[in-house]
Amino acid sequence: MFKYFEPNKIFSITSRAPKYVLLLFVIILSIGLTEALIFSPEDYKQGHSVRIMYVHVPAAWTSLGIFSAITFLSIIGYIFKIRNLFLISKSLAPSGLVFNIIALVTGSIWGKPTWGTWWAWDARITSMLILVLFYIMYLVAWRIYENNEKAFKITTIITILGIINVPIIKYSVDWWNTLHQPSSINILSGSSIHVSMLFPLLTMTAAFALFSLLIFLMKYNTELIKIKNKGLDRL
Amino acid sequence: MINEILLMDGYGLYVWTAFVFTLLSFVSLYLVIKIQYIKETNKFVSKFGTLNSERSAFAKSQKINREILYNISKI
Repeated sequence: MFKYFEPNKIFSITSRAPKYVLLLFVIILSIGLTEALIFSPEDYKQGHSVRIMYVHVPAAWTSLGIFSAITFLSIIGYIFKIRNLFLISKSLAPSGLVFNIIALVTGSIWGKPTWGTWWAWDARITSMLILVLFYIMYLVAWRIYENNEKAFKITTIITILGIINVPIIKYSVDWWNTLHQPSSINILSGSSIHVSMLFPLLTMTAAFALFSLLIFLMKYNTELIKIKNKGLDRL
Repeated sequence: MINEILLMDGYGLYVWTAFVFTLLSFVSLYLVIKIQYIKETNKFVSKFGTLNSERSAFAKSQKINREILYNISKI
C-alpha cells in the first residue's frame, strides 16, 4: 500500500494542490470570520470576549491533532523503515507549532478579561506550554541531524515522549481543579454549545485544518526538492 | 453598527488582538515556507543548468525532476 505514497508518484499531485487548497482556505476562512466576528451571538456570561474561542479552540485542536499524527507516522515509519512517513511528519510540524503558539497567546488574551490575569500556571495551560517545547525539540532535532537514521530515531523518541502529554492536556480540566473551563464539545456525549456558536467554531476549525494542509503541502514539496538537489550533486 | 463590531462592549481590544495575531501568524508562516520553497527551486534550476547534456538528459528522465522544472516555469 505504501508504494502508492512514494514521493516520485505523488509529487505531481502535491505540487499542484496548494493553489486549490489556498483558494478553498480563503473561502472557508472568510465565511468563518464573518460568522465569528459578526453573526454569532455574545455569551450571556463572557459577553463578546467569547469570540476569541473561534481562534483559540481550533488552534488548540489542530496542534494536538498534528502532534498525534506526527507521533503515529513516526512510529509506523520507524517500525517499517518508511522514510517518506518521516518526511510527511517533518512537513506537518511547522504548522503544528504555530497553532500551538496561537492557542497559548489567544488563550492568554482571553484570560485577561475572564480570569483577570494574562497567565496562570494552570494544568491545561502548562501542559500546552510543554507541548510547544516538544514541537521545538522535534524541529531542532531535524535541524541538527538532517535526513539520516539518527534523526529518525531521535525524532521518534521525542514524539513518543511528547504524546504522553496529549491525554494530560485533554483530561487536565477533569483531573485537576483548573481555571480553564471544561470542554464544551464531546464527540461521544454531545455538546453543551448552541448551534449558533457551534457553526462558526466548526467552520473556523475547517479553515485551520485547510491552512495546515496548505503549509504541509508546501513544506513537503520543499523537502522533496531539497532531496532532489542533493541527488543532482551526486550525478 | 461598525462601532458595535469594533468596540464589542469594551472587549474589542482583546478580540481584535487575538484575531489579528492569528492572521499575522498565518501570513508569516505562509511567507516563510514560500520563501524556502522558492529558494530550493532556484537552487535546483541553477544546479540543473550546470549539468552537461548527458547528465541533464539522465536527470530529465526522472518524472519528479521534470515536474519540478514544470512547476518552476509557473512560479
